[in-house]
Parts: sequence; C-alpha cells; structure tokens
Amino acid sequence: MKLFRPASKEPLWKDEFSINRADEQYVSRRQFTKFLVLTSLGMFAGNVWILARSWFGKTPVYSEKNICRTTDVPVGGVWLFRYPTEKDACILIRPDEETYVAYSQKCTHLSCAVFYAREKNRLECPCHEGYFSITDGRVLQGPPPRPLPRVLLEKRGDQIVAVGMSTLKDS
Amino acid sequence: MEPQNQSPRKTGLTAIDGALALITILLIVQMWLLTATLESYLAGHHEVALPAAIVSGILLIICAALYLFVRRVDARAREASRNETRHG
Repeated sequence: MKLFRPASKEPLWKDEFSINRADEQYVSRRQFTKFLVLTSLGMFAGNVWILARSWFGKTPVYSEKNICRTTDVPVGGVWLFRYPTEKDACILIRPDEETYVAYSQKCTHLSCAVFYAREKNRLECPCHEGYFSITDGRVLQGPPPRPLPRVLLEKRGDQIVAVGMSTLKDS
Repeated sequence: MEPQNQSPRKTGLTAIDGALALITILLIVQMWLLTATLESYLAGHHEVALPAAIVSGILLIICAALYLFVRRVDARAREASRNETRHG
C-alpha cells in the first residue's frame, strides 16, 4: 500500500477535481441548443398570444364625453382634451369654419406628443419628425409605423362630443 | 488528398455546430415574425395573426427536431468516445 501520492505534473486540486475541458464544452453546446429551443418556444407562445387576442379580444366600449363648445376653438386653433380615459391625451383641430377633427396626441412611433402645424396643415411629432395627415391621421413622413387613432366626434348644437375611437387601416 | 480520419467526437461537434447555426437563423426569423405580427396587430390587421402563428409553430418544430438531432449525435459521440477509452 502506498502511503504517499506519486509525484505528478498536475497540481493536487486538478487530480482531485478533474474536469475534462472538452466534455464541459460539449455539454454547454447542448445546453445552449436547449436554451435556443426554449426561446423559440417563447416566440411561438408570443404569436399564439397575439392570435388569442385577435380572436377573443373584447371590442372596447367608449362612453360619450363633452369636449368643448364650437366657439371655444377658433379657425386654425386646437383644443387639448383627454379621451377615453384621463391618461389618453387627444388634440382637437378646427382647420376651417365647419370642420372639427380630433386625434390621439400620442405619436405611434415612441409616444411623443404631436402638435398641429397650422402653416403646413398637418400634425407633427417633434421627436423624430413624423408627420400625420389631419384628414385621416395617416402617416405622411417619418418613422411612425401606424396612423394616429382618430377620435369620432359629433356636433350637438354648439357642443362637440367625443363618441368613440377608430384607427385607419392603412395597407 | 489525405483521407480524413476524424474522431467521432470531432465529427459530432461539427454536426452540433451546424445544427446550432441553423437554429440561430431560424430563431432570428421567428423574432422578426413576432415583431412584424405585433406591429400588424397594433395597426388593426388581425388577419395576419393566424398564418404567423402557424409559421412560428413550424419553425419551433424544426428547432425541436434539430435539438433532438443534437442530443442523438451527442449521445452517439459520447458512446464512441467511451468505447475508445475502454479499448485503449
């Protein structure tokens, strides 16, 4: 029986905790592959979630809300309000005597507040120069990917009332 | 040209690397698909959700098949390596 360990080139800790580097690398590649497949599963779950939302998502119900009087907004002027909730900033524009249009004030790019550029008759986002048409809210230029959601308005006497929201589906 | 006499382990590693590269490409496609679908959904185009989910499912199946392939190659290479060690 040997009482002493024979002299070795490797330090003692390497003898006692021997790790085969090639084996370790091999296992980690397999584990990484597993991780990638789980990520793929997550992507699929995301797509299924979107599908479920589009099939079973509830259509939002909007309440009516008095915005302002027709005399409150001069021709070429704007009126800021919140609709449908207190967190949703909107902008009402009166481009000519008889026309009133309103849109969400949140840019569809990165949610900066858009403003009405009277001289160019369009809504502009100052952050990344995204421009929207005031006719239907479509994107005229810039990075915004979607049109601005439109607030549906009704004129009741001299009162302007918000009755719902709609989004232009651009092709 | 010299005949290639690679060890089963090295061959296995090459196969795993290939599968890994393929899975990575499929994953990038799947990520793009998810972002494009979300963008369309937010724009009100709900009709794209079903085809996107189907394609994403197919990509997941391919990834899973590649993973099973990697596991099989790995097990085979380990077995061969073990036999080599046993028989000197």
